[in-house]
Amino acid sequence: MSLSDSWDVLVLGLVLGSLYAVIAIGYTLVYGVLQLLNFAHSEVFMAGGFGGVIALTIFEPAVDPSGMQSVVYVLLGIAAGAVLGGVIAFGLEKAAYRPLRRRNAPRLVFLITAIGASFFLYNLAGKLFGRYPIAMPSMYENKTVFTLFGTSVSVTQLLIVGAALVMLVAVDVIVNRTKLGSGIRAVAQDPEVAALMGVDIDKVVSRTFVLGGLLGGVAGFLFGTNLQVEYTMGFLPGITAFAAAVLGGIGNVRGAVLGGLLLGVVEAFTVEIWSDAWRYVGAFAVLVLVLMFRPTGLLGERVGRTA
Amino acid sequence: MTAGVTAGKTPSAARLRKQSWYQQPRYRRLFAMVITAVVMAQVTGVQGARNDLFYALEENFTGTGIWIWLGIFLAIWAVREFLHGWLRGFVDRFKELAAAPSDAAARKDPPPSGVPGLVRRAADGSRAVRGLFRTHRGYQLGGMAALLGLLILLPLMVSTFWQQVMVDQIGMFLLIAIGLNVVVGWAGMLDLGFIAFFAIGAYSAAFWTGGLPVEPPVELNNFLVIPVAVLTCLIAGVLLGAPTLRLRGDYLAIVTLGFHEIVYLTAKNWTEFTGGTRGASSDRFSIDLGFWSYEWGLDPAPYYWLQLAFIVGVLFLFLRLEHSRVGRAWTAIREDEVAAASTGVDTVRFKLLAFAIGASTSGIAGVIYASKLGFINSEMFLVLLSVLALSYVVFGGMGSIPGVLLGTAILVWLPEYLRDSVDPQDRYMYLGGLLVVMMIYRPQGLWPSRRRQRELRMSQEGTGAADALGAQPGGAQA
Repeated sequence: MSLSDSWDVLVLGLVLGSLYAVIAIGYTLVYGVLQLLNFAHSEVFMAGGFGGVIALTIFEPAVDPSGMQSVVYVLLGIAAGAVLGGVIAFGLEKAAYRPLRRRNAPRLVFLITAIGASFFLYNLAGKLFGRYPIAMPSMYENKTVFTLFGTSVSVTQLLIVGAALVMLVAVDVIVNRTKLGSGIRAVAQDPEVAALMGVDIDKVVSRTFVLGGLLGGVAGFLFGTNLQVEYTMGFLPGITAFAAAVLGGIGNVRGAVLGGLLLGVVEAFTVEIWSDAWRYVGAFAVLVLVLMFRPTGLLGERVGRTA
Repeated sequence: MTAGVTAGKTPSAARLRKQSWYQQPRYRRLFAMVITAVVMAQVTGVQGARNDLFYALEENFTGTGIWIWLGIFLAIWAVREFLHGWLRGFVDRFKELAAAPSDAAARKDPPPSGVPGLVRRAADGSRAVRGLFRTHRGYQLGGMAALLGLLILLPLMVSTFWQQVMVDQIGMFLLIAIGLNVVVGWAGMLDLGFIAFFAIGAYSAAFWTGGLPVEPPVELNNFLVIPVAVLTCLIAGVLLGAPTLRLRGDYLAIVTLGFHEIVYLTAKNWTEFTGGTRGASSDRFSIDLGFWSYEWGLDPAPYYWLQLAFIVGVLFLFLRLEHSRVGRAWTAIREDEVAAASTGVDTVRFKLLAFAIGASTSGIAGVIYASKLGFINSEMFLVLLSVLALSYVVFGGMGSIPGVLLGTAILVWLPEYLRDSVDPQDRYMYLGGLLVVMMIYRPQGLWPSRRRQRELRMSQEGTGAADALGAQPGGAQA
């Protein structure tokens, strides 16, 4: 493998990794406030992909969109993905998790609910929109934008990394600087005391889900633009992103970003060195190795109460 | 749970706060009902069509189904809102009649006539029968013997299709669920990669009977493969468990899930050894004692009896384990790991033991599965199955052997039974919905163990954690 080849793979890995990072934030935020492994987040991601497809099918792009048109369509897709992702995440919290929180269900019950909701949602999507891959309507000509050390970077790759960067910065600001963010951090540290201090836990939890859902939805749209949309598209990226969140230190937003990028790169190199068939082995091997030596992840947990 | 206690009695806080009509609980519930009806219309509606993204949505929103569902859910809402007091009184009266005598010491009057009398007599009778079974060992053994007899005769009463389902699916998942119950139900650990051990068992069977592309050192009879497969699974369980069991509960979940994915990808891609998706063959069970020999063939019924024997054997061992020193150590770990460790329970060792014992049961199931089908390939061991197996155990009632058996049997049977009445592709959608509803309304499962029920109740009141995953999400809610 020559040096320029490794550059190619590194770019591929960073593109993939920035998607994982955005999904992983959804897991890590929810884990922070509820200590819940939200299995159904992969379906939020899937819903984002379908949101993009639905919106772009309604407002059919012109045959060869270019310039401003492309920008409008991309923004439309991102907005649709975010909205559907957010709605699904909101509905999930309302319908499935809130009744459980009301009665203090143990964590395994939450997990099984999440698994059930995940099964329900992805099969419902398969039923409604067909169980086959759907190509995202073309929004722009996917040409090479620039060449970096001999590696060509396409519009889609640039779009994914750019959108991911914007979202990551936005989340970091939201979590660290805003009122909602201090609510999220307070609930993550100690829900009872947070409630005593006047934090409306229900609202914070609900908004955390929506925030994670918006990110997951946009990630789903971007993923669908890069490949295609299918009702089962959420599962493997979902568990990889969860692994990324754990790898970086669960509950820790910056850790999730680091873990996502790392697993994306590891995955790309696994595919390059080995073969596509072993895609997910590298990521999990890295996860197990890291957890053996740093049980709380690379940057450490930020969960208030450690069990 | 305090639902309904304050309904309509106290001037609610809602009335003190300024609220629009649609913010009142009553209309919020109406809104939820309408949403549920719309979702149900989609769930039961038509299948999507290729090349027309909106076909199913259009059909479902314009068809009659949505009106039927709206009618049903509006009716439920109306009954809930306007007949609540009446229903409540009815339920309370029923509970009062059916309550145990000590609860109602004032109940000296003779049983009332008519329906209330019947209710009371039925409740008393069922209590008496349950008491007999609880206190008299003879009744318990008799009941079990009768059940066993029924199970032995069962394959003679059903069609070949159901015999196949009973052997290939129900029996198999029963063995798996019994093993998984040790890990999840008793030791309280979250294992999302359990079918990986099943796969290891199945590939052991294929390897040692000479079915894989690789030649084994010696070819073994299938019965002799079982101890070998159990040993292999034990070793695999310890190898996976030793580095990971020190981790927190939910990390274990993701690590076991990853382990399963790796085992699956190995089975799929290492074609020189496993045969990959094309698969490999395996011998069937046979006994040759010299003077008498028997070979299990294509007929599912003999396999059913063989499997039943294995299940009963494993159950016999595990039921003794439950109340042994080991079982008590598991309970302690599940209920409070820190307290268990501080009173001298070697938590890592016992967790490892649970992991290994569970894995070995799964290995037995794998050997039987491979031998029954005579053929395996990597697509039989999807990660999805591990998740399903976990949900079967929780559905039945973790930690309770009868519950786990019942829950698994029902959830495996149901998709097969629904095969004709709903689109087979939709079966897992219904399964997922059922799991969510079940967890919301009956989190303890179909047939919970009494100890587990108590743990859940205490957890609801804010004491203990009820599983080895730590405290509840979101803390105690007011």
